[in-house]
This record gives sequence, C-alpha cells and structure tokens, in this order.
Amino acid sequence: MADTRTPARPPGTRRPKAGKLTRQDGAAHVFMAPWLIGLVAITALPMFASLYLAFTDYNILSSPTWVGTENFERMAGDDRFWSAAWVTVTYVLVSVPLQLAFALALAMVLDKGLRGLAIYRSAYYLPSLLGTSVAVAVLWKQIFGYDGLVNQALGLIGIEGQNWLQNPDTALGTLIVLNVWTFGSPMVIFLAGLRQIPEELYEASRVDGASIVRQFASITIPLLTPIIFFNLILQTIGSFQAFTQAHVISSGTGGPVDSTLFYTLYIYQQAFVNFDMGYASALAWVLMVVIAIITAVHFTLSKRWVFYGD
Amino acid sequence: MTAPTLDSPRSPSPHGDPPERTVLPSVRRVRRRNSILRHSGLILFGLLMLYPLAWMAVSAFKPGYLVLTDPSLIPTELTLENFRNGWYVGNLSFLVFFGNSFVVAGSAIIGNLVSCSLTAYALARMNFRARKVYFAIVLASVMLPMHATMIPQYIIFSELGLVNTFIPLVLPKFLATDAFFIFLMVQFIRGIPRELDQAAFVDGAGPFRTFWYIILPLMKPALITATIFTFIWTWNDFFGQLIYLTDTSVYTVPIALNALVDSQSNQGVGTLMAMSLLSLVPILCFFAFAQKYLIRGIATTGLK
Repeated sequence: MADTRTPARPPGTRRPKAGKLTRQDGAAHVFMAPWLIGLVAITALPMFASLYLAFTDYNILSSPTWVGTENFERMAGDDRFWSAAWVTVTYVLVSVPLQLAFALALAMVLDKGLRGLAIYRSAYYLPSLLGTSVAVAVLWKQIFGYDGLVNQALGLIGIEGQNWLQNPDTALGTLIVLNVWTFGSPMVIFLAGLRQIPEELYEASRVDGASIVRQFASITIPLLTPIIFFNLILQTIGSFQAFTQAHVISSGTGGPVDSTLFYTLYIYQQAFVNFDMGYASALAWVLMVVIAIITAVHFTLSKRWVFYGD
Repeated sequence: MTAPTLDSPRSPSPHGDPPERTVLPSVRRVRRRNSILRHSGLILFGLLMLYPLAWMAVSAFKPGYLVLTDPSLIPTELTLENFRNGWYVGNLSFLVFFGNSFVVAGSAIIGNLVSCSLTAYALARMNFRARKVYFAIVLASVMLPMHATMIPQYIIFSELGLVNTFIPLVLPKFLATDAFFIFLMVQFIRGIPRELDQAAFVDGAGPFRTFWYIILPLMKPALITATIFTFIWTWNDFFGQLIYLTDTSVYTVPIALNALVDSQSNQGVGTLMAMSLLSLVPILCFFAFAQKYLIRGIATTGLK
C-alpha cells in the first residue's frame, strides 16, 4: 500500500492522486468550517445587509423603510459629511507621505552597518506599537493642551504657546503629528527591504564612479519601489480608517468646528449616537467604495513606477 | 592633526588592494567622525521621539501640582497618589477592567489560533475544488474595511441581547474573520517541506493527525506572531469595545480610560497619565519579551 503513494511514481499512474482529490473535498470543508461560517454570517450577509440599509431609513426601533437614494442625496447637501471627507483626505494626504519619508530616511541611516541597530530600531518602533491606543491619545491631549509639554518647550525659547487642540487651524495638525510619530512600522519594513538589495550593485556602481546621490536614485529607490508601494497601500488604507485619536482628543465630537471630524467618527456619531443606521450605512459604503477606488488606482498606477525586477 | 602614519601600519597589505590601503587612516578618521555624528543624531532624534512617553511615565508619579509646572524628567517628589485617584471608575476598580481586557484578549487569541490555523492548513495543503477561489476570497477580505459590516453586525448582536457581553468581540475571532492571519499562516505552511506530510500520510495519518502532529508544531513561529498581534490589536482596540461595552461592569481598559477622561477631566493630568501608563504596561511587557517575533512579524508581513 505504501509504495503506491511514494512521490517517485512511474509516469502515467495518476490514479492515487485523483483519489486523494475527491476524498479531501469533504475534509477540507470541515477544516474550513469556522471560516466559512464566519464568511457567510459575519462578513457577507452583514455586508449585503448594510448595502440594503444604505437605501433605507432605519433607527433600530422601527423596521427599516425603503427610501431609495435619499441617503445619498442627503449626503450631497450635508456640510458635516463634506467636512469629514475634507478632514480625512487632508489627514491621509499629509500624514502618509510624511510618515513614509521619515520611515525611509531613518531606515537608510540605520541600514549602513550601524552598531546598536537593534536598540535604535526598537526605540523608533515603540511609538507605532502604542500609537493607536487610547492611552497615547490621552497623552497627546495633554501634550498639546494649553499647559502642555509643547507650550512649555516653546516657553523656554520665549514663544507664547496656544491651545493647539482648541484651535480649528491646528487641531488636525496634532493628529497628523501623531500619525507621523508612528513611522516605526513602515521603517522596519523598509529596513527588511533594504537588506534584500544586493551589495554587488553598489560595489559595481562605485567602480563606475557613481555618487551616493546617484546610487540612491538609480539603485536604492528603484529596487525599493515594491516595498514603498506596499507601505503606501497599507498606510493609506489604515489612515482612512483612523478613529481612536480623533474620538479621544475631541471627546467624540470631532471639534473644534468639526476640524478633527474623521470620517469614521462621523459614521460613529450617525450610527451609535443618533442611531440613524440607514444614513450611517450609506456613509460606510461611500467610505468603502472610496477606499476600493483608491486602492485600484494605486495598483493601476503602480505599473508605471513599481519595479519588480526580472 | 596627527600624521596618518600613526594610525595604522603603512606596510604593503597582504590582501593586496594598495590604493585603498594607503588612504585608509584618513578615511577611517572621516568615517569615525561620521559615525559619531550619525550616532549623536540618531540618539537625539530617538530621545525626542520617546520624550512624550517618558514624560507620561514620570508625570504618573509626580504630585498633581508639579505635573504641569515642571517639564523635567527628574521628579523632585514621588507619589502614588495619582494611581489611587484614578483607580476607580464609577464604583469599579481598574482590576475589573484589566480582568475584562485580558479575558477579551485571551479569547481572541485562542479563537484566532484555532480557526485561522485550521483554515490555513486546508488552503495550503489539501486538494479540493475551487481552492484558488477560496484563497482569493481570503485575500479580498483582508482588505475589507470593518465599516462595511459593522452596523448590521451590531444590529444582529443587539437583537440577540449580546450587547454588554464579550461575545460580539470574541465570536468573530473563532470564525476566522481576521483573514490576515489565514494569509500569514498559509504562506508559512507553504514553506514547510511537503515530504513531512507525505511521510505521515504513508504511515497512515489522516489530515487531522497530520495537521496536529506535523504541521502545527512546525508552524510555531507563525502562531507566535499571530498571538502577539492579536493581543496588541485587541488590547488597543477601541471602536468595537466602545460600541458593544456600555455598562461599567464590562468595561475594558481603553473604555474605562476614555470614561475617566470624559468624567473627570478636572481630576488632574497626573491621574490620567498614571492610568494611561498602567494601561500600556501589558503591551510594553509583550514588547520587551517578544521583540524578536514582533520585528520579524512586521518585517515579513507588514503588520503594524
């Protein structure tokens, strides 16, 4: 019995494999049962349910009533929707490139055979580990408050501070700083990517007289583009869904003057404060479609700039 | 300036490459200077980055009146007053909230490990119809934002009377909704030599025994990575816990902390910092003990 199943089988005897195929059909589904149940009950059905709810008026107490595209029309005239969209887009467009720039710069400095690499890496990584916690958001609220650390530091060099969180022009800035502060995790990914670049390329280019700038532009960046792309997608999707920081810093209001009203915070307010589940579902679907479009655009554009080697 | 000859032997190098060798002393001096510069820069920058965290840690032990007047890291007076002040939210202590957080995180870890490893094994090793389609669904659901499903999920759980229990937070993990870990484990299992399963198969082991005795022990690194990240994500999770846990008795640490901020904002920065610091201790412990796995996990998978 054993020898019919050994890998080194004379050519043409495929039957055992075919038998294996049919027999594992059932077993595989037993293994996957938890996931399949979850996929249907926790992911797929709720997803379609929320698409349905997006076209209804529903406040949880009475049953949903179909209103057609009313929720989406309401969105077009909803100032808070537009503020939320604006705040979120600004947040993503400013903080993600800055965060990645820091991550790449630090990774390059750390990559060059530095002593104590592990210590630096850990120290710079630590903020990413804690960055999305309530505790750090609470900390941020203190740091940027009127009596906070930032103003104390500014006071030392004779600059009169302000309450950064009460000022609609600066409140979002503090959250952007918080996101940039967590550059450690993309940095670790960049470091791993830099390790993959063969040292011979640098040696060969040095022999040919290439400067450091030239090496950076012609070797490091092109070979790192897949990693840059990966980080870009990851951080963009993640930043669109940021919630905790804005909720804690503004005590759930998104203020002052909606300047920290992240899109997810607005969904939260509509769904779980106003219990306007229909409108909230419509808002959630818009977010999902926007993220899907942005991801698709990223992938399409990536063909022009991401270099996967040969 | 010392003469370059003092630094290293001038004699012709046994390794050849004479031009490089003759400039070495000055090159080395420049390198040394660069290295010192670089280290100073990195240390300064690191201190700047970690200063807020250090300030939090020190403020937690400072008497209230000093927290906002004295920005230095060396406290002149130490006290545990802040911890005492923040210990209770409502009439329950943080002991309860820590207990709740550990129950949620522990169950989430078990759920993820069991459900994701089983699914991953099937996807990586078994032959069945439409396997590729299933794998594509796993990949697609990794990207799916939670907002797509959260409102109907909430409605269902609230109809079932499960708000203010941990079930809405934990049950999805037992149903492998963190598809990312499936992906991670599939990739890992694919790296395990197939001969090992085949040997077990030849000895008459069925798929479950092969999974349990061969694959599972070998995929320990992937399981550890999944454990660490499930813990950190669950411990830091705010949104899910905020919507499902509204009764003080089921508060987890982040929710209790948030309640503390809202209800007693006049209670003093020291108190808030003390409880914030306390809430981070489990993560910091994980960071200290599992750093190798953490860094490797991020480097290979891009987890945060």
